[in-house]
Amino acid sequence: MQTSFRELITALHGMGFGAFFVFAFSGALIELYRIFAPERSSPLSAGERKGLRVYLVAMVLLGWSAVLSGAYLVYPWYRAHPPAGVTDLAGYPQRILMASPMTSGWHSLGMEWKEHVAWFAPIAMTMVAYVFITYGADLSRHRQVRKAVFVFALAAFGAAGVAGGVGALLNKRAPVQGGGIITLMEGKK
Amino acid sequence: MSAEPAEAEIPNGAAAAAILAAGAGCFAVSMLAWLGDAFPAIGHFFIFYTPTGPLSGVTTTAIATWLLAWFILAKAWGGKTLPMGRINAFAFLLLGLGLLLSFPPFGDLLQGK
Repeated sequence: MQTSFRELITALHGMGFGAFFVFAFSGALIELYRIFAPERSSPLSAGERKGLRVYLVAMVLLGWSAVLSGAYLVYPWYRAHPPAGVTDLAGYPQRILMASPMTSGWHSLGMEWKEHVAWFAPIAMTMVAYVFITYGADLSRHRQVRKAVFVFALAAFGAAGVAGGVGALLNKRAPVQGGGIITLMEGKK
Repeated sequence: MSAEPAEAEIPNGAAAAAILAAGAGCFAVSMLAWLGDAFPAIGHFFIFYTPTGPLSGVTTTAIATWLLAWFILAKAWGGKTLPMGRINAFAFLLLGLGLLLSFPPFGDLLQGK
C-alpha cells in the first residue's frame, strides 16, 4: 500500500484542512443562526458561547491552513510546466487538462474560480470569529452586526464548498501525483 | 429592591470595521486577480513566488489590503456607534461584486473575451 508525497500533501490539503473546514460549517451555521435569530431559538448559554469561540478559532485555523497549503504546496505541482521533450504528462495536471478541449474547462473555469474564491472563506470566517469573540453576549443588542456575521458566514460556506467541490473533481480528472514514494504497509501476496 | 444595572452596550464601531474590511478583502482578491488576468504586466508584477505564479502576489496583496483596511477602520471607528445598515450595505456590495468577479466567465465578459 503505497502513496506518493504529493498525493499525501494533496490529501492533507483537501481532505484534512479543506473537508474539515467545510464540515465544520454545519455546526457553526446552526449556532450562528441561533444568535442571528434569537426570537426563534433558545439563547446560547455561557458554556455554549465559550465552546463556539473555540470552534470558530479552530475553523479559522483550518481555513487558512487549507488556502495556504493549497496555494504554496499543491498548486505549484498542479501548474508545473513539463521540460521540453517530455510527452508523459502524468506529473503535470494542468497540462493534462489543457491538452484537450473536452477537459480544458476544468482548468479555465474550475481551477481559475477555485483558486481565488477559496480565499473568501478564511477572510470572512476570521471576521466572524473576531466579532463573536469581541461582542459575545452583547451581540444580542446588535441586530445589524448579527445579520452581517451570518451573511458572511453563509458566503464563506458557499466559497469553501465551491473550492472543495471543484478541487475534488479536478483531482479525479488530473490527480496531483509524484514525488517520493511512501509505503504505508505491505499487503499479503 | 432595585434591578441590577444593565451592562453598557459595546459600540458597534469595532464590528463595523471588521465587517467592512472583510468585504474589502474579498473584493480585493477578485479585483486584483482580474487585473492580473486582463493586463499581462500586472499579472507579471504579481509573481511574488514563482512556483505559485500571480496567485501569490494577488492573494498576498489582497490580504495586506484587508488587514490594512481593518487596522485603519478600527482606529477610526473603535469606540464609536455607527449606522450599521449603511456599512452592511456597502460590505455586502463589495462581497457580492467580489463573488461575481471571481467567476471566470464574468471576468472574461468584462475583458471582452
